[in-house]
Amino acid sequence: MSKETMKICEQPRIGVFVCDCGSNIAGHLDCADVAEYAKTLPHVVYVKENLYTCSESGIVEIKTAIAKEKLNRVLVASCSPRTHHPLFSSSCAEAGLNPYLFEMVNIRDQCSWVHMGKREEATQKAKLLIKMGVAKAAGLEPQEEIESSLIRKILVVGGGIAGLSAAQALSDMELDVILVEKAQNFGGLLRSVGTLDTGDTAEAFLGRVIEDVESRPNISCHTGANVTSTGGYIGNYKVTMDTKDGEVTEKIGAMVVATGAVPLIPEGIFGYGGKGVITLMELERKLATDTLEDAGFAGKRMVFIQCAGARSSKKEYCSRICCMIAVKNAMAVKKKYPLADVRVLYRDMQMYGTRKEQMLWDARGMGVRFDVYSPENLPRVENQKVSYFQAVTGKDVELDTELTVLSTPLTARTDASALANMLRVPTDANGFFLEAHAKLRPLDFAADGIFVAGSGRYPATAVEARTQGIGVAARVAAILFKDKLVKSAIVAQINPDSCVGCMACLPICPYEAITFNREDHICEINEVLCKGCGNCAATCPSHSALLRGYKPEQLLAQIGAA
Amino acid sequence: MLDVGRHPNIELMAYSELTALTGRAGDFTAKVLKKARYVDADKCTGCGACAEVCPTPVVDLYNEGHAFRKAVYSWFAQGIPSTHAIDPDYCRVLTGKKCGICAKKCEAGAINFDQADEIVDLNVGAVVVATGYDIFDPVKMPEYRYAQLDNVITAMEFERFLSASGPTEGHIYRPSDRKIKAAKAELEKKVAKSAKGLTRFEKKHNMDSNAFVQGLTTQSIELTEDLAKDAEKWAAKAKDYNALENDFKDLAARVDKITTAKKLAFIQCVGSRDLRFYPFCSGYCCMHSIKEAIIAHEHDNDTQSVIFGMDIRAVGKGFEEYKIRGGNSSQIIYKRSRVAEITRGNNESPTLIYEDTATQKVVKEEFDLVILATACAPVKNTPELADVLGVDLDPYGFFETDPANPLDTTKAGVFVCGCAHSPMDIPESVAQASSAAARAVQAVMTAKKAS
Repeated sequence: MSKETMKICEQPRIGVFVCDCGSNIAGHLDCADVAEYAKTLPHVVYVKENLYTCSESGIVEIKTAIAKEKLNRVLVASCSPRTHHPLFSSSCAEAGLNPYLFEMVNIRDQCSWVHMGKREEATQKAKLLIKMGVAKAAGLEPQEEIESSLIRKILVVGGGIAGLSAAQALSDMELDVILVEKAQNFGGLLRSVGTLDTGDTAEAFLGRVIEDVESRPNISCHTGANVTSTGGYIGNYKVTMDTKDGEVTEKIGAMVVATGAVPLIPEGIFGYGGKGVITLMELERKLATDTLEDAGFAGKRMVFIQCAGARSSKKEYCSRICCMIAVKNAMAVKKKYPLADVRVLYRDMQMYGTRKEQMLWDARGMGVRFDVYSPENLPRVENQKVSYFQAVTGKDVELDTELTVLSTPLTARTDASALANMLRVPTDANGFFLEAHAKLRPLDFAADGIFVAGSGRYPATAVEARTQGIGVAARVAAILFKDKLVKSAIVAQINPDSCVGCMACLPICPYEAITFNREDHICEINEVLCKGCGNCAATCPSHSALLRGYKPEQLLAQIGAA
Repeated sequence: MLDVGRHPNIELMAYSELTALTGRAGDFTAKVLKKARYVDADKCTGCGACAEVCPTPVVDLYNEGHAFRKAVYSWFAQGIPSTHAIDPDYCRVLTGKKCGICAKKCEAGAINFDQADEIVDLNVGAVVVATGYDIFDPVKMPEYRYAQLDNVITAMEFERFLSASGPTEGHIYRPSDRKIKAAKAELEKKVAKSAKGLTRFEKKHNMDSNAFVQGLTTQSIELTEDLAKDAEKWAAKAKDYNALENDFKDLAARVDKITTAKKLAFIQCVGSRDLRFYPFCSGYCCMHSIKEAIIAHEHDNDTQSVIFGMDIRAVGKGFEEYKIRGGNSSQIIYKRSRVAEITRGNNESPTLIYEDTATQKVVKEEFDLVILATACAPVKNTPELADVLGVDLDPYGFFETDPANPLDTTKAGVFVCGCAHSPMDIPESVAQASSAAARAVQAVMTAKKAS
């Protein structure tokens, strides 16, 4: 859009297109009458009723009218802007009109559909809605879309299987990766696991992945390193890390949080710490190092207690993966000690999907016993005896046991909240990172440019964490594969001359797009972060904050017309 | 869906099937069969005027057979693309009869009865299989009498009942009760027709039918020649009418008593975790049963639900909390039990026979409506598709993958996600879809680099 074309907007020449939407609108109100009325409105120089404005012919009519009638504002009265605004505004742009000079009025969803059977009233309402739209359109101003550069480098925080997988996938897509791991070695929680549910050893699997990651020229690996500060916005972050080579500052375009989770240490429950009571992760180690017998297990009896410290009033959530780990280990024990009595005391066996349920069938086949206990009546572990109420038989059972294994949940890392604060991303009630949408955006944060994968989000199996890590790469690539970031011009602006620096807008901005400039003592908006919600404009006591396209005079004109 | 439909880089080919795949990662040729819609996709605006005038009702499978659509239709209102299609099995024109009213009505001129199937060759770098799953057909489980009992339905049917745009507009009327209502409506028509027949005589002889019948039986009316001629017919018709009206009154009284279903039973693992059918756990059904029970209770606070399952697998983020909330505030009882049998009870209410494991007693209990959480079955023609793709299936009938590379099928450049991979819920499917996209991009980029 040239500056010259933008100037012609001084004298509004509005074109109004009234859509019949087949019978959707025309069937319930008088579109011809509405169109006639529109001709009488100020600044309206052209009116057309279309059977379908969104059809090929409708679009052509808009484009032709822009050129022929020298329209500098276009208003379509039809359906929902949510579905059709992009089509109409881009069509205006194709005809050489700034797309922000397009206005839409919904006379279908908000008029004909809700007032079916009241033709006269619906027609009147449609007229008023269009009158309001025309008043708003007259005051519209051309806008230029906001463009911002993108740095094609990604910071992955956490070098467990999720982070490693994300790094691999991003590197495959020819993007540069900085992989930061707090511990001295990559591998995360999977390091403490002996075998995977696939039968492969975790060490072998991890070894292959780590070797591959470390060998890639476009992944810079840092172990024993921390992220100490971050700033900036999507496409242009600046991060500082404390690494073995000292402080490193990098400019990056996106971030992936893959910091994992830690198993609960069951202090004070089920006799943990006493003789013959260990956690599931401790059993993993003992099986891997062949030191079960040192722990007092002679092959007679082992009892697993599921949900140890989980699914209680203190920690309501189910940790998803412990049942699978317990069954896997129960089978490993049974394989090694076929005569041993291996029992799993559980509330619900969470063996979802194909392979896990198969493990449960297999474990039963091998003779592992599964007994239900109820949360109101927890098993007691004392002096190498487990006593519990067997819920399905209604009997109290007491068993001698050489080893009691507590399946404890994965919990959020204690340092997760510090990282969350630094990145300005949310965590949930359990301390896990909170994604943008529980169902539809599981790998995104609400803040653009930051993503999440693995057990830091919620307990995940190795396969799930790897899947999520790879998935994050697609989410990142969707942004960084573009030449530049282009976003809607509908953002807030603050007039630096009238802003008094009261900072009222700072806490109400949900996107943290406003910063306080200490030098000039005013608030400033980062247009890339701003999503145009208008909270600041509504709050600003000096009317210095405005939302483009929704300025007070534009809205007041619209309201005044009603 | 809308985002996908509008995305400049996505070409949607709905109502199409992959018929052949040759080549290799980075350079595949896919033959796609675009089935004839008999509607020109470039012209159709999705207005639905054709469906309004189409005279041919067809059982609506989107509504699980509980409603009717037309022979020209879109699968559901928000479907993408909104292009309609004509069902060649039912359309009057396509079955050789006279009609074509839709073509007359369509202002876009989009109806094209001569459209033929089309084969399109696509050159693609990678393939993502996301063909989803089928719902297990509970007819295969004789003990639950799904085929015999109207009020034993699947979770998907219940989902449609709960929908405000579904066949019951969100009110949970039982299928057996809906049948009674339909019968009443049918009978009402018959009564009206029969009344019309009487009116003819009444007008002719200027006498009320009841008065006539009474007069005839008490011999208190004078049988004129004219009347004598009609007397037998009129009496018979009046008798028919009275019988019909009595039936109608009975039905009307029954309809008046109909309320929505208040006591619901949800049965888990129907076809899943069952060696006769599918040994695996379908993963998502515990949650949809809880969700449906919560929504039913939100809709009508008198609703009580019992969920029967071996385990309640609420394993996702926030799921256990959701389950607890259902128990605390939506009158849901969770019972650890595998229901043995469902029989017909009073008033078409299914009777469940099960062992209550908390009391170790076998219980017979009547419910208004029983909802079966049917298994996530591999799509029926998965083996054929696997053949076309040249990939292997796992022992359960889903696409085989390597846990170390969870999106990769046994053929390079072909990836799988969602329930075609294995049963899973929405967030997992979405995460997997992103991963499959990433793998597809990697495959294309790697192939480019190599060439």
